[in-house]
Amino acid sequence: MKIVVLVKQVPDTAADKRLDPDTLAVDRGAVDGLINEMDEFAVEEALQLVEKHGGEVTVVSMGPDDATDAYKKALQMGADKAVFLSDPALAGSDALATSEALAKVLGTLEYDLVILGSEASDARTSLVPALLAERLGLPQLTFASKVEVDGSAIRVNRLTDYGHDVVEAALPAVVSVVEKINEPRYPSFKGIMAAKKKPVEALDLAGLGLDAGSVGWAGSRSKVLDATVAPPRAKGTIVTDEGNGGSELVGFLASKKFV
Amino acid sequence: MDAIRRALLPTEEAQALFELTEELGREELAPRAAAAEAAAEFPRDVFRLIGRSGLLGLPYDEEYGGGSQPYAVYLQVVEELARHWLAVGLGVSVHTLSCHALAEYGTDKQRKYWLPDMIGGEQLGAYCLSEPEHGSDAANLTTRAAADGDEYVIDGTKAWITHGGQADFYTVLARTGEPGARGISAFLVDSAAAGLSAAEPEHKMGMRSSTTSQMVFEGVRVPAERQIGELGQGFEIAMRALDCGRLGIAACAVGVAQAALDTATAYAKQREQFGKPIIRHEAVGFLLADMAARTEVGRAAYLAAARLRDLGLPFARQAAIAKLHCTDAAMQTTIDAVQVLGGAGYTTDFPVERYLREAKVLQIVEGTNQIQRRVIAKALERG
Ligand SMILES: Cc1cc2nc3c(=O)[nH]c(=O)nc-3n(C[C@H](O)[C@H](O)[C@H](O)COP(=O)(O)OP(=O)(O)OC[C@H]3O[C@@H](n4cnc5c(N)ncnc54)[C@H](O)[C@@H]3O)c2cc1C
Ligand SMILES: Cc1cc2nc3c(=O)[nH]c(=O)nc-3n(C[C@H](O)[C@H](O)[C@H](O)COP(=O)(O)OP(=O)(O)OC[C@H]3O[C@@H](n4cnc5c(N)ncnc54)[C@H](O)[C@@H]3O)c2cc1C
Repeated sequence: MKIVVLVKQVPDTAADKRLDPDTLAVDRGAVDGLINEMDEFAVEEALQLVEKHGGEVTVVSMGPDDATDAYKKALQMGADKAVFLSDPALAGSDALATSEALAKVLGTLEYDLVILGSEASDARTSLVPALLAERLGLPQLTFASKVEVDGSAIRVNRLTDYGHDVVEAALPAVVSVVEKINEPRYPSFKGIMAAKKKPVEALDLAGLGLDAGSVGWAGSRSKVLDATVAPPRAKGTIVTDEGNGGSELVGFLASKKFV
Repeated sequence: MDAIRRALLPTEEAQALFELTEELGREELAPRAAAAEAAAEFPRDVFRLIGRSGLLGLPYDEEYGGGSQPYAVYLQVVEELARHWLAVGLGVSVHTLSCHALAEYGTDKQRKYWLPDMIGGEQLGAYCLSEPEHGSDAANLTTRAAADGDEYVIDGTKAWITHGGQADFYTVLARTGEPGARGISAFLVDSAAAGLSAAEPEHKMGMRSSTTSQMVFEGVRVPAERQIGELGQGFEIAMRALDCGRLGIAACAVGVAQAALDTATAYAKQREQFGKPIIRHEAVGFLLADMAARTEVGRAAYLAAARLRDLGLPFARQAAIAKLHCTDAAMQTTIDAVQVLGGAGYTTDFPVERYLREAKVLQIVEGTNQIQRRVIAKALERG
C-alpha cells in the first residue's frame, strides 16, 4: 500500500517562543525547528503498516525553505521519499490555506492512505486533518489510537473522552493519530546515512499550479489582530495544616465553586 | 548542538550522528541514570537500543556493518553518552575495545565470520586482560591457554572485567608460551563456552550500573580458529587496543566533567548568598572558570590524539597524555562542582556527588594514571 504522511516543522516546544511583532506570527527564525512530535507517531504508524502489508511511505512537508529537518527526520526513520513544498507566498497560511496547498500536493501523488498527527504543537488547532479530508473528498478517521488495514478497509480506534469508538471506512482515507498509538523508533546511524540518498521532490506554487492569492496571508481567512504576553501565573496559596487544614481546603474549593 | 560542537564535527553525517546521540542521551539515558546507579542495575536494554541505532560499531568498517567513522567523531559520541550516563559511555568504549583485536589483527576469514555480529548492535563485548595478581603489570599474567589438538584449553581467573557475565563475547589474553610479554596470545571466547563463569559482581563506590566481575576459566575449550593474530602477539594486540581504549576513557572523563560543570554553573547562577548569585563571588566564578578550562582543554587533547590516529600516525603518547589529563581534570572538576553546590552538593538530591564517585574510577581503569605517566616518560626518553 502507498501511504503519505504529512509532517510539519515546528519551533522546539522547550524553547522560549515569541511572536514576530510585525506579523504577529510565531518567530520561527528565533528558535530551533524540529519535527512536530505527534507527526513522529504518524510516521511510525505508516512504517509499521508498510512493514506488515508492503508498500512505500512518502512524506509531505510544507514550510519555509530552511524547514527541512521535519521531513529529513521522517526519511531517517525509514520513509522512502519526500515532497517538500516551499514558497515565500505560503508564509502566513492559516489552517484553511494550508489544507488547500497540501490537498493540491496530494493531488500529484498516488496513495491508499494519508496519515497525520492529530495536532501541531505550535498552533494546536487540530483542523488540518479534517479540512484536508474534506478537500480530498475522503473519509476522515481522526484521533486514532489504533489502526488496522484489511484489504481495502481500514478500522481505527478513535479516542474519545470516555474511551474509544471503533470507526471503519474504505480506502483511500485520511487518518490522524494520537500519541497513544505507538512508540516512534529512533533513526539508526545507517538510516541517517541512507536518508541522504533518498529522493526529495521540491515544489513551489508555480510548479504546483496554485495561485498565490489562495494561500499565505492573502488566502487566509483568519487574522491575528492583536496579541499580548500571558500574565505570569499568580502565586499559589499555601495552607499550613494547624489542625484546621481540612476545613481550610474545603473553604478554598468552595470559594472557587468546586464544591 | 552548539556552534562549537558543530565546528568539531567534520561532516553533516557526523553532525546528524551526534544529534541522534544527544536525543538518545536526553530521552533514554538521563532519566534512568540516577536510579540505575543507586540500584546497581546493568541496563542491557539501553545497549540494545543504542546498538540498534548503530552506536556499537562506529569506528569499524562499513564493510562489516560498522559506521566507518573517524575516531574524532566516535569519541565525541562516547563523550555525549557519558555526559548523561557514564556506565553507558564507558560500556560503549569497552565494547569497542573488545572488538579491536579481531578488527585489526584477525584474518579476513575471521573478520567476515564474527565481526558483523559483534558490531551489529545486538551483542556486547568484554575485554579480559587484568588478573587478581597482575593488574598494572599485565605482561606477567598467568592465565594459561594450552594447545590440545585443534583447540586451546584456557584456565585461570581474570579480574575486574567490565560486562563480566553480561557480555556475549570475551576477548581474552592468555599465556601460550614463555614468561613475560612475548608469551601471550589473544582469543575470542564465546560467552556460552563450557567452563566459563562470572563471579559475584564487585561492589563499587561509583559506576555501579556497569557490572564489573571476575571471569573464571576452568578448562574452557576454544577452537584454534578463535585465536587472533600471531601466537605470542597477544600483549602487543592488548596494548594497541588500550591505546584506543584510553581515548575512550578520556572522552568519558570529559563527558562527566561537562555534566558536573553544567550542573554547577546552572546552580551558581540561581543560588544567591550575600545578596547576589554566587557565580558573582569571584571565588566561585574562578572555580567555574578553571573547571571550564580544564574540560575544554581535555576535549582538545583527546581530539588531537584522535586526529593522529585517524591519519594513521603514531598516537600512543598523545593517548596517554589525553587519558591522564582528562581523568585528572574530571576528578578535580567534580570535586569542585560539589563545592560550588555547598551542602546541596553533598546530597543525592543533586547528581554532582555521583559524578565525583564516577570520576575516580577513570583515574584507575585502562592503565592507572601512574602507568600513563610511565608511558609518557618512556616515550620522552625514547625521543
Ligand atoms: C571499574 C573497573 C573496571 C575495569 N574493567 C576492566 C576490564 O574490562 N578489563 C580489564 O582487563 N581490566 C579492567 N579493570 C582493571 C584495571 O585496568 C586495573 O584495575 C588497573 O589496571 C590497575 O590494576 P590493579 O587494580 O591491579 O592495581 P595495581 O596494579 O595493584 O596498582 C595499585 C597501585 O599501584 C600503582 N602502581 C602499580 N605499578 C606501578 C608502577 N610501576 N609505577 C607507579 N605506580 C604503580 C598503581 O598506579 C596503583 O595506584 C577495571 C577496573 C575497574 C576498577
Ligand atoms: C552533612 C552536613 C551537616 C551539616 N550540619 C549542620 C549543622 O549541624 N548545623 C548547621 O547550622 N548547618 C549545618 N550544615 C550546613 C553547612 O554549614 C552549610 O552547608 C555551609 O555553611 C554552606 O552553606 P550552603 O550549603 O547553603 O552553601 P552556600 O552558602 O549556598 O554556598 C555555595 C557555594 O558558594 C560559595 N560562597 C557563598 N558565599 C560566598 C562568598 N561570599 N564568597 C565566595 N564564595 C561564596 C560557598 O563557599 C560554596 O562553595 C551541614 C551541612 C552538611 C552538608
